[in-house]
Amino acid sequence: MSHDNTTDVARRSAGEHPERFDDPGVHQPNPRLSDLDEKHAKKAERQVAALFTISIVGTIVFVWAYFALPPGETPESMRLSNIVLGLALTCILLGIGLAIVHWAKTLMSNKEYVEERHPQRSDDETRAGAIQALQDGAADSGISRRGALKGAGLTALALFPLSIVLPLIGNVGEDWNVSKFKHTMWRKGTRLAYDPTGRPIKASDLTIGSIAHVIPEDLHEAESPLDEKAKAVVLLVRMDPRDLKSEREPGFGFDGIVAYSKICTHVGCPVALYEQQTHHLLCPCHQSTFDVADGAKVVFGPAKRPLPQLPIEVDAEGYLVARGDFVEPVGPTFWERLT
Amino acid sequence: MTTTTSSPTGAARAASATADYLDQRTGIGHAVKYFARKVFPDHWSFMLGEIALYSFVTLILSGIFLTMFFVPSMGETHYEGPWPSLNGVEMSEAFSSTLRLSFEVRGGLLMRQIHHWAALIFMASIVVHMMRVFFTGAFRKPREINWVVGFVLLILGLAAGFSGYSLPDDVLSGNGLRITDGVVKAIPIIGSYTSYFIFGGEFPGHDLIPRLFTVHILLVPGLILALIGLHLVLMVMHKHTQYPGSGRSDKNVVGYPALPVYVARLGGNFFLVFGIIALLAGTMSINPVWNYGPYDPSPVSAGAQPDWYMLFLEGALRLMPGGAEFVIGQYTVPLNVIIPAMVVPGILFTLLALYPFIEAFATGDDREHHVLDRPRNRPFRTAFGVSLLMAFFILVLAGSNDLIATHFHLSINDITWTFRVLLFVAPWLAFVITKRICLGLQRKDRELVLHGHETGRIVRFASGEYIEVHKPLDAHERWLRVQHEAIRPLEIEPAEDSRGVRRKGYRRDTMRRRLSELFYEDRVEPVTPAELAAAQAHGHGAHEAVEAGHGPRELASSAPGGGQHLVDPHDETAPEGRNHTV
Repeated sequence: MSHDNTTDVARRSAGEHPERFDDPGVHQPNPRLSDLDEKHAKKAERQVAALFTISIVGTIVFVWAYFALPPGETPESMRLSNIVLGLALTCILLGIGLAIVHWAKTLMSNKEYVEERHPQRSDDETRAGAIQALQDGAADSGISRRGALKGAGLTALALFPLSIVLPLIGNVGEDWNVSKFKHTMWRKGTRLAYDPTGRPIKASDLTIGSIAHVIPEDLHEAESPLDEKAKAVVLLVRMDPRDLKSEREPGFGFDGIVAYSKICTHVGCPVALYEQQTHHLLCPCHQSTFDVADGAKVVFGPAKRPLPQLPIEVDAEGYLVARGDFVEPVGPTFWERLT
Repeated sequence: MTTTTSSPTGAARAASATADYLDQRTGIGHAVKYFARKVFPDHWSFMLGEIALYSFVTLILSGIFLTMFFVPSMGETHYEGPWPSLNGVEMSEAFSSTLRLSFEVRGGLLMRQIHHWAALIFMASIVVHMMRVFFTGAFRKPREINWVVGFVLLILGLAAGFSGYSLPDDVLSGNGLRITDGVVKAIPIIGSYTSYFIFGGEFPGHDLIPRLFTVHILLVPGLILALIGLHLVLMVMHKHTQYPGSGRSDKNVVGYPALPVYVARLGGNFFLVFGIIALLAGTMSINPVWNYGPYDPSPVSAGAQPDWYMLFLEGALRLMPGGAEFVIGQYTVPLNVIIPAMVVPGILFTLLALYPFIEAFATGDDREHHVLDRPRNRPFRTAFGVSLLMAFFILVLAGSNDLIATHFHLSINDITWTFRVLLFVAPWLAFVITKRICLGLQRKDRELVLHGHETGRIVRFASGEYIEVHKPLDAHERWLRVQHEAIRPLEIEPAEDSRGVRRKGYRRDTMRRRLSELFYEDRVEPVTPAELAAAQAHGHGAHEAVEAGHGPRELASSAPGGGQHLVDPHDETAPEGRNHTV
């Protein structure tokens, strides 16, 4: 109905009207106050000069503060030094910036100019010339007549990067022995010690509901302690044995005390947050949640596998010791972790 | 030196002698003549790219300062200095030199904070600049290559940022590196070796900080500098795009000459950007590594977030359910890491990088475009861009789900589940709503062109009828609303030629047609002179013309309100003279 009506109208008048509107041409902006009145122009000039002056004063303050306000020994003096230097620098820079922009906006001509554009494509003659030049070059080199040179040359060029890449790749990954991922420094008899003090832990130190961040007692004797620590850190939790539904590896705990790897099986963050009531361990990086009371199984989040469990027992002096290494690789999944 | 001569003629003579000296040796006259009055279009949104450029200059200036005092070493040392809580603590030289340059070097803390704030602003301005380019269609021919250059700059910016904030070797960035290690190890077959490649052995090793340092101060900035050069050369070669408006076409460029206005604004803007960064750095603390402590693989702080531009990766990792990991034979494939850390960003970035080519394929347009689109006039593109941003935004929020939980006292599990659903739902919703808004705005444009501005003046006719007087648009106002072309879906040749032989490439053409329909099926055509004349001539019937010219899937909805009369302001004292029907 209404459609027919209007298309009809459009058709009837098509003869008299062009298909599209015409461009009315460049619309020059209205004159500014400073264009019309020299008084306003003078005022703008004074404003610009004032802004430059702010910058100059800023530099003087900055130099003064550099000498007069050293960072000193206390957090207060450090903060003061930073704020004064920062604000002075702000004045220096904003003074110049605002002055120039204000100048450009009020005092420089705001007449718009029109420039022609030309197509990016080069014209046919240039293109033909370019192709000719390439052909001439190829012909002069004789490459099409001497096929053996082409093959040999390309092969040499293709092989040459090996001399740079091989030593780089060869050395950059140390010994490339990736099976190191699968072992930690826990051995039979290694004492469990508090992180970071290294003091060994007695089973009797732990009350029910308590948690300890644990390292191997001999960690500092390792060749690269940080690398070893990155794999070996353990969380020790003592629970009421009645609350302990299951263990990851049955029998690995001792009297309600269970030791689980602290390295998340998702991408390796330390699983550091323990919620005493629910027995849940939460990784603060991506919120994988493990149930310590139930074999450290994943109850929420992006991790798939439970945390590996460290087998522990008590030695003759009552200290907690490992009965051996973890029985599976700790930390994030990698391709060959089960091989 | 020579310009300090007291007499102005002396200074002029010295300047001309210098110019002559240079020109005889370099022929620089050509370049000066070409560039000095070259025209640049003006619009505030063209400054967004400038902000990126200037924050990069700020990064280089402050970065040079920092390299003088930073020690890129993982060698162990014990801190002795004015920060009491860390005295005697074992840490790497990288961390201890960061503390020294923050607390003992005069102006060092300011420079460090300038550097970090500038990095955040650098990335933010790249993203916003890219949004401007995307939504206005500035990536169309001949600028597709420059879009790709800009895209690579975005990726390099991410690399620069990540390699930079990991350098202090604090516990926050160290855990970020540990996550990186976990993600790298997830790559099938070569993951473990790639981890060794990066860390020079097992994580964290002793090589990483020096390697990151080289990446951060040489490799990445070198590449960024080279690509910025290419980006700008291409911009000058293409001449800048311009917004639509009177007198602006694909064949010209309208704007201010380089000298003096454009150069002044460029220079002024550098100081403004640097100044704002200095203000942030002077008054707001950023990355206070002394509160986090040196890296140690055991502790981790709750509420730990990376810099904002890495949050989307963090968010993707958090949202992915863990069940996706599986074992094939003896080998483990952790899809719960591969999908969020590689597949999701892979999809987002591939779509972003290839968009100009996809759109060109759907449009089938081989012309050069120098006049920008108003986003409303390209509903599919605008809606697509908004939905891509929405997905990014959801991931960014998901990367802060723990902060949302603690600030609003919500369950982290509920938040995570909400975002899991939203990641799939919100982009679609955003797409549909944005497209409707665009089409609505285009109809509003038609309405304005056909009926003019409402004046709020009510006139009563002799017959007793009331109408509102409308003021027609002037030629410049109208041109802005009718200058664009509504692109129609491609039509393809039939499957068989005149002799009934099935032609080659028909399937590809069909796919292309479908894509083209997806892009351009829904559209609102700009008002034509005939329609305007009809609207003016027909009084009552005119409002229906607002709905004319849309595509097949556009349903006509009757215009709200009653009849509207267009009254020429010069003629408004005699409304009876208008051709109105009752």
